Parts: sequence; structure tokens; C-alpha cells
Amino acid sequence: MSAAGDLDHLLAGREMVLVAGSGGVGKTTIAAALGIAAATRHRGRTLVLTVDPARRLASALGLDEFGNTPVRIDPEAFAEAGVVARGELWVAMLDTKAGWDELITRHAPDAQVRDAVLANPLYENITSRFVHSHEYLAMEQLHDLHASGEFDLVIVDTPPSRNALSILDAPSRMVEFFGSRLLRWLTVPYRSRLFTVASRPFYQVADRVLGSRFLQDIADFFVLFQAMEGGFVRRAREVEALLGDPRTAFVVITTLETAPSHEARFLARALLDRGMSLGAVIANRVLPESLADPAAADAAVALAESADGELADAVAQQLGAPRQVVASVIEQVAEGFDDVALVAAGESDRRAELAALTPTLVTVPWLEGDIHDLSGLGELAAHLRDGS
Amino acid sequence: MDAKGALANAFDVVELGFEPTPVAANLFAMTMSTEDSLREYLRLFVKIPLLGRIGPLASTFDFVADAAPGVKEILGVGKLCYEVREQHYDLIVVDAEASGHIVSQIGAPKVIADLVQVGLVRDQTQWMLDILDDPARTGVAVVTTPEEMPVTETIELLGRLRTETGAHAAGVIANRVLPLVFNRREQRVAARLDEALPLLVDAVGPGAATVVEAARMTEARRRTGAGHLDRLRAALERDDHVRDDLPIVVVPELFTRASGPRVVSLVADTLDDELDPDTLDERHRRDGSTDGGGRSGKVGDR
Repeated sequence: MSAAGDLDHLLAGREMVLVAGSGGVGKTTIAAALGIAAATRHRGRTLVLTVDPARRLASALGLDEFGNTPVRIDPEAFAEAGVVARGELWVAMLDTKAGWDELITRHAPDAQVRDAVLANPLYENITSRFVHSHEYLAMEQLHDLHASGEFDLVIVDTPPSRNALSILDAPSRMVEFFGSRLLRWLTVPYRSRLFTVASRPFYQVADRVLGSRFLQDIADFFVLFQAMEGGFVRRAREVEALLGDPRTAFVVITTLETAPSHEARFLARALLDRGMSLGAVIANRVLPESLADPAAADAAVALAESADGELADAVAQQLGAPRQVVASVIEQVAEGFDDVALVAAGESDRRAELAALTPTLVTVPWLEGDIHDLSGLGELAAHLRDGS
Repeated sequence: MDAKGALANAFDVVELGFEPTPVAANLFAMTMSTEDSLREYLRLFVKIPLLGRIGPLASTFDFVADAAPGVKEILGVGKLCYEVREQHYDLIVVDAEASGHIVSQIGAPKVIADLVQVGLVRDQTQWMLDILDDPARTGVAVVTTPEEMPVTETIELLGRLRTETGAHAAGVIANRVLPLVFNRREQRVAARLDEALPLLVDAVGPGAATVVEAARMTEARRRTGAGHLDRLRAALERDDHVRDDLPIVVVPELFTRASGPRVVSLVADTLDDELDPDTLDERHRRDGSTDGGGRSGKVGDR
């Protein structure tokens, strides 16, 4: 079976696809193109949930902007871009602030706790940094959207993280946090603090360093937060289960440069170790394999040698261009080939390393220019479906 | 700051830690560990002889740092400022976190000063701000590559540095830029070379098609990249927040199979040529320099 066939199979067979990889490899764009690939192949409703701080994707999709609430891509826009969509494509943007507000609203035991948390001065500051907040919320929203039963397939463009694993660990870290000694210490009533043997040194240090007032602000917040433990912990467990669910698959995006493909291999192995499903690895912006062909290298050497001879005369005559210019162009084309071939050789090594980790390695060629519109995304989707 | 072993690889040493390691003559390297930084801070400033009794800092520390705003950042940036203040080195080069995080890092002392009303930490934010905000001592070198997202992020970062922190941009380094190969007259001929492909194939064999295609691709890539660099220049000229004479230093794409020290030495040669000290006025000379890298193009990333 060809790799591309597998990708089609993946989009048909799974209900959740998580697109992961290091920053700058084209993850958001590929996630959107996978959505288009799914919508052109299958009936039904596909949703792409993205993080796209530059809102570049919104404009490529012909939208001014989009937020937490899914919006549908206009079928006419698809038609204009020459994309034949059989299904519906919806998009939504991960909004951390709105997502946290929703979570608090859902898990707060009563309106009083809810309002107190939302009005807490530390709330915003804490949620924007707290326990890999972005990663957790992406997973949480995936769970939510999947549970809504409104979509056949949800594709998540995961937030760029320094450590690819943090997305996998986010739910368990959330559970751990609620059971942690730190949370107990932070929420101990102020008076009894100095009498607890275990936490006394912690408080003596924390008081001196951060000041008791700030510590009290933090404590106030976490006392409120603790009231939501039951809901949060149950939810985090559900989210974690979803990541390992057979209906979920990960797609790892990389380029064939050293650092991103190293990160991709690391992530792919971690997924396999955890028994999670590695659906595919997509190598983006790849040079043609023909560049590593020895016949091409031989031709380059021969061209460099014959650049200033009869060949230049003939080419100059055909193009109606000055002979000197032609000779110089041929020479530089021939000499520049080595550089490109060197890169291609490196890419071919890395491609082999990645192929050892997955039967579904799909390569996407480097496409000229940047993708700015729906037809560009459609072209990319076609590459993903055809493979190359 | 973003320890993934890339710096150790760049200097070809097995491992780097919080303790500075000599990697060349007069050159030391270390990786940031906020936990070690906390230990050092407690030892130096708080002078509490309880460290042993706090137990393993690691397990709880991560959560404190995650939960309390700015703590992780202040420990990182505090360590740097401390080294500058103590003048342990002539120059400190920081491979900072990716562009999304650098602002919260440099801005940490300000956040802490706003949030924490009393306590040792608050007292110690002012001298850090003095160092970070002084253009004679601290400059941010923003590294980018000639691609769409990195250039967009660079433009945003320069704006945020100015509006959200007191730190000054010292320059932009465009890494991995494809050099101009053809002059304009040659470009016109090169663009039409495939018309003469049968002649080339007759002369040197079918491999000629691949060679011509490779040149066409490289030229297309170069042109796309040049467009993004033009966009960067235009944005710098337009943006009132950015210094008028902010230099853009270009480091060409290195077509080398090597990684690690070889790449470092090639890039260092280029930077040495581009940053000739004779041409830099006093204003550009700095004691501390922070490299606010975009997502790609940091030397260690290659």
C-alpha cells in the first residue's frame, strides 16, 4: 500500500487526528490541508482546530477571523478555488483565555466560586502560564468537540511547545497538580502554616522571597481552584484516555532538516512507547529525490567542463542571448548543483531514519512561494492525498 | 536558556550544565536551570541554611514556577543580570527562548515588581531593570530566517520588545540567506535555460534536466526569501518603535554536511566580517547581549 493511500485511510478511519511537530515546519498549514483533503475525499463534517497567532490561516481560508466557535468554510469559496469538496469543512481557533473561562464556569461548584475565580487578579496571569496551559486546553477542547457529536473528524493543530511531549503529559500533570504537596501547602490556612513541620521551611523561604502578601494572593486563588478539583481531575482523566483511544491518531510534521527531524523521531518514539497511535509522519518542504541521483551529479560535472565550449555557442544561438552570459549561467548552474545535491543527500538519510519509525511516511515537495489562499491549500491537500 | 543539548553539540562537548564549562580559550558555556538558579539565589541572597531541609526542590519547584507568575522567568533572567553585575565576564551571549517567550522573560522583573508588593524579590527587580533597559549594557539581537513566519514573528517581536519591555533591539540577524548567484542579465538567461534543455541533454546526458531544475528551484527559493527580507526592511523603516539605523546582518546559507563546531566556526567567520568593530560606534558596544531567536536559525539549531 502506498503511503498516501494510508493517509487517506487515516482520514477515513479516525475520529481525531492530532497534528504535532516542532515550530516552523508548516504544522498549521498542513493541518488545514489535511482538513481539505478529508473534505474532498469524504462526506461528513470535518473540523480543524488550530492555534494560529498570526491569523494567517484565517485569511488563507477567506475568513476575517475565527474563534472558539466553529465556523464553516463557504462551499462557494471551495468551488472558486477549484476544490471539489464532498463534505463540510469547519474551522475553530484555540482561544486560551476563553477556554479557561469555560472550564472554570463548567467546574465551579457554584456561581460564587466561579465569579471569585474569574475576578481573581492572579487568574489571568496564572492561566496563561499554568501547567502547560495551552497544551492542556487544546486537548480539553478536542475532547469537548469530539463529545459534542457534531463532527465526524476533528483535526487539531497542536500548540508549538518546547518539548513535544508536553502535549502528551498535559492531562496527567493537571491531575498531579491537584494531588501535589505544593497545592496542599499553598492552600493551608495561614495560621496553621508555621505549625506544620513539613511545610515550615517552605513557608519561611517563600515568605522571605516572595513576601507574605503575594503568597496570600496565590493561596486565595488556589483555595478557590481546589473547590473545582473533582471536575478538573475527572475531565483530565477523560482527556488522557482520549489521547490513547483507538479512534485517535497522531500525525507528526517535520522538515528533513537536522533539528526538526530529530525532534520528530523523538516524538514518534515517545508515542509508540506510550502505546499511542502514530498515524503518519509527514515530511514537508522536501527536495526531489532525483537530486541525489549520481547521473545528475555526473551531468553537473560535465556541464561545468563544457560550459565555455560549443555548448555555449549553441545555447546562445537558440536563446538569442549573448554567448558570454550564457556560458557564465551554465557554469554557475553546474557548480551550484553540488550544494543542492548535498542537502538532498542529507534529506535522503533523514527520510530513511523516519521511514524506519512508520510505514506511513508522506513527503510534500517544497512548493514555490507561500500558501496564501484556498487554492494553495487545495494544491497542498492534493499532494497529501497523492503522496510523492 | 532553552536547553535541548544544542549548545553542547555546537561546541562538541558531551554535556553542559549550570556550572560554566570552558569550551575554548576565554569562552565558557552553560545551560540555564531555573532550579539551580533558585538554589544559588537562596544561598547568596536569602542566606537561609535550610536548603537541605526543603527536600527535593525539583518535584515541587516546577509547580511553583508554573503557578506563580514570572518566577521561572525571573530566575532565568536574574541569573544573567547577576553575572553582568558581578562582571564575571566581558560579554554574555544568551541563546534566549523562542520569540513567543522572550518578551515574558525580559519583562519578568517588571511583572514581579507590579505583582509582588513586598519581599526580597521585589527589592531586587530594580537593579535588573537597570541592566536590561540600559542600551549600553544590554541589546537584543533578533535572529530570523528569510521565510514567511519567522519574518512575521520578528516584526512582531521588535514591536513587543519596545512596547512591553524596556530592552533595546541591537540588530536583526538574517540567517540561512541564499546568496545572489546571477546578476540581472544572467537571471533572464537562467530563467529560460530549460528552453535549451535538449541541447544540454545531448551534450552531457539526461542528468542535465535535474541540474537545470535544481538551479531553477534554488533561484525561486532565493527570490521568495529576498521578498521576505524586503518585507522585513520595509517594516523596520515604517516602525517608529525601532531604531532608524537598526542593522540587518546577513548570514548566508552554508551548504555543508557538517553540524556542530564546523558550522559554528563558519558562521562566526561571517559574523566577524559583518560586525567589524571599527565600523561600530560606541552606542553599539555592549556588555550583555540577548539573542531573541525566532523559531529557526539559531546557530545551535542547524
